[in-house]
Amino acid sequence: MRLILHIWRQKSPAQRGQMVRYEMNNVNPDMSVLEMLDVLNEELITKGQEPVAFEHDCREGICGSCGFMINGVAHGPLPATTVCQLTMRHFKDGQELYLEPWRARAFPVIKDLVVDRSAFDRIISSGGFITSPTGSAQDGNTILIPKEAADRSMDAAACIGCGACVAACPNASAALFTAAKMSHLGLLPQGQPERQRRALRMASQHNREGFGSCTNIGECEAVCPKEIKIEVISRMNGDYLGARWKSRQKGA
Amino acid sequence: MHLDSRVPAGPIEKLWDQARFEMKLVNPANKLKHSIIVVGSGLAGASAAATLGELGYNVKCFCFQDSPRRAHSIAAQGGINAAKNYQNDGDSIFRLFYDTVKGGDFRSREANVYRLAQISVNIIDQCVAQGVPFAREYGGTLSNRSFGGAQVSRTFYARGQTGQQLLLGAYQALERQVDAGRVTMYPRTEMLDLIVIDGRARGIVTRNLVTGKVESHIADAVALGTGGYGNTYYLSTNAKGSNCTAIWRAHKRGAAFANPCFTQIHPTCIPVSGEYQSKLTLMSESLRNDGRIWVPKKIGDKRAPGQISEEERDYYLERKYPSFGNLVPRDVASRNSKAVCDEGRGVGETGLGVYLDFADAIRRLGVDVIRDRYGNLFEMYQRITDENPYQVPMRIFPAIHYTMGGLWVDYYLMSTIPGLFVIGEANFSDHGANRLGASALMQGLSDGYFVLPYTIGDYIARYKFEKVESSHPDVTRAESEVADMTKQLLSIKGKRTVDSFHRELGKIMWDECGMARNAEGLQLAIGKIRELRGQYWKDVNVPGSAEDLNQSLEKAGRVADFFELAELICVDALHRNESCGGHFREEYQTPDGEAQRNDDEFSYAAAWSYEGPDTPSHLDKEPLTFEYVHPSQRSYK
Repeated sequence: MRLILHIWRQKSPAQRGQMVRYEMNNVNPDMSVLEMLDVLNEELITKGQEPVAFEHDCREGICGSCGFMINGVAHGPLPATTVCQLTMRHFKDGQELYLEPWRARAFPVIKDLVVDRSAFDRIISSGGFITSPTGSAQDGNTILIPKEAADRSMDAAACIGCGACVAACPNASAALFTAAKMSHLGLLPQGQPERQRRALRMASQHNREGFGSCTNIGECEAVCPKEIKIEVISRMNGDYLGARWKSRQKGA
Repeated sequence: MHLDSRVPAGPIEKLWDQARFEMKLVNPANKLKHSIIVVGSGLAGASAAATLGELGYNVKCFCFQDSPRRAHSIAAQGGINAAKNYQNDGDSIFRLFYDTVKGGDFRSREANVYRLAQISVNIIDQCVAQGVPFAREYGGTLSNRSFGGAQVSRTFYARGQTGQQLLLGAYQALERQVDAGRVTMYPRTEMLDLIVIDGRARGIVTRNLVTGKVESHIADAVALGTGGYGNTYYLSTNAKGSNCTAIWRAHKRGAAFANPCFTQIHPTCIPVSGEYQSKLTLMSESLRNDGRIWVPKKIGDKRAPGQISEEERDYYLERKYPSFGNLVPRDVASRNSKAVCDEGRGVGETGLGVYLDFADAIRRLGVDVIRDRYGNLFEMYQRITDENPYQVPMRIFPAIHYTMGGLWVDYYLMSTIPGLFVIGEANFSDHGANRLGASALMQGLSDGYFVLPYTIGDYIARYKFEKVESSHPDVTRAESEVADMTKQLLSIKGKRTVDSFHRELGKIMWDECGMARNAEGLQLAIGKIRELRGQYWKDVNVPGSAEDLNQSLEKAGRVADFFELAELICVDALHRNESCGGHFREEYQTPDGEAQRNDDEFSYAAAWSYEGPDTPSHLDKEPLTFEYVHPSQRSYK
């Protein structure tokens, strides 16, 4: 296959970036997009140029490291697929591809296609956990959890924290990411004691990081490689409103 | 060097209790005065850092990824073992212990394995309490599945993403401590050297991967949870970033490296399809519960699988191992795949593959049950190969997956450098020559949540730590050595890329030190590795600078270490004149082709010490004795 690539090149956070054109003449359709970039980088290095920086690690679609926009779509055209598992057979011979980093104020570009997603860690740190000190747990089977609840919790827990939801959202909101964690924990009995506190703290951290608000557009769900459903955002809103109401009562 | 395993004396089921009682404790107020460095944020590292922070120590945790949640533990699919006996099928701590020692082909330390089996039950409780969404039965109880190498159902799982869920549990516990101010997290920071002062590990030298800044961090103790070294082989199921740099540089500072040749080849990976290929994708071993492995009986049979009738198929694992069938341990399954492919009966374009067929299971259980159990794995397979495994059998082939070898540690998980602890896959202790499925997660969490937090406290309580200034000559020397190496790599400006060297190294290793090894091939490999390493330092081309994000430079340092470790792997494989577990020496096999151990001469852990760049490593032996599980030829027939 032959491809024309336009890739965002930006040397450092402070410098201006620009799209740079590359031609690839010998792309194997079984390659993943990342393997195609590996081949490009080998060529660039051999020519004495700097390779394209992009984030990647497991290349199995689970670590959440990789991700960029392909022709304006986060993780490219195939649903439920990260770029590491997106093979070139899904593109046409001679096609032009525009590769850009996630764009969001809360995700500053570090270099080329690499962005800083540490805001996600700070959201989790603010309340995305269940407090259970090591050694204090009772027997696992003393907490009975209906299969359906465990399955729904697992659906939300499947989030890989890649940031595609933010990149796809016109408001650059991280509502899907934040709400997925609240659903994962809030659907389980173990997650109940901290449910309100979690909702308040995570939501305010989300806003502090500079993510936008959710206006129910649904782009996040459309690009999520793990198919997290937008219904988690409704659950989050419910939790948040409930928590605000209760904390107001307490304050009064 | 004398290797003191420090295993307490007494009956095996009492050892850990006794050791814990004998440990010195650190007064809660004093814990605040002590600092601990944890390198790596996978299951072992994150659980250790979280627990140590919770105990009150000042913890610094480092990872090279952009977030601790991305450590490669996240990719573990199948599950985690625990001797809960919830299925009432005859499981017990002793049976898990027995299976693990036997599965490891009698090359692990009994006391460590017993402790692991004991702690396994606490791990499940801990993870449930944290909100890990394990699979449940309709009644709400925890669900189990069976796994290779065991005849009981003791594996807990969260769909095909168990590692992800356990890691997120540990990561969330870690982030809770970050919020509490007990742990400082250093993402995108790579450890490049260990600081040893007066014979004790007192800190690390790191490079900030974004700014390139080289820095030292001083502490009272250092724990490495930096994973395995499977990427020595270039193509493996490991993440692209997984590397041996932390353990190898600690090795060069004096930590003995044990059993490097014990590498595990996983039987169920998607076969290699081309030269450009950057990694191999694992299909969970749990697939072997319902999938049947076969190849055509006839050599060179290139017909589509659907056209090959039942009588013309060879279900070779079921035929050769009737009692374990498709659930034989990984080493046995891998070796048999290689054997049928060597005979010319392999499938797929390259002839390097065997079928894993779900047709019978789908007929028996229905498509919905199979989709519920393995849906995400089937999707992943289809995404990569463009074939639908609900309709045609999967093609699988073995690939490097896990490394049982690692830095030598005693019962307290301390290496031969006092104050340097090693946890999870990075150490060598629990899996002997072969690891059973669903045991890696168990070991990582056991070490991190339940073993290290005690043993590191004992170490801290027993010594008086002098303050180390950042101007200490040992600190500045380590820093400048790191900076020098970086400068050297950038200055070579040769013709070949780092990856091209790495790929060539991997090919040598896979050909000569992979599923089957022999003395001649290993000697050849050692020569080739040395030569290639020489070329590397003359002809590698590392572009860019040391002062910003430079992924080529990161790789270049790691590959330099892989070269040195690769040689040690071959040296170890050459010296071990026997076959055991993942180490199969062709000269040592039974008449029917099974591994032939030599307990009289090789019932020991081989611990190698670094003696210099071109000096042979020094071998010390820790004898292994088996009082509870008597060595026998492993039979899964």
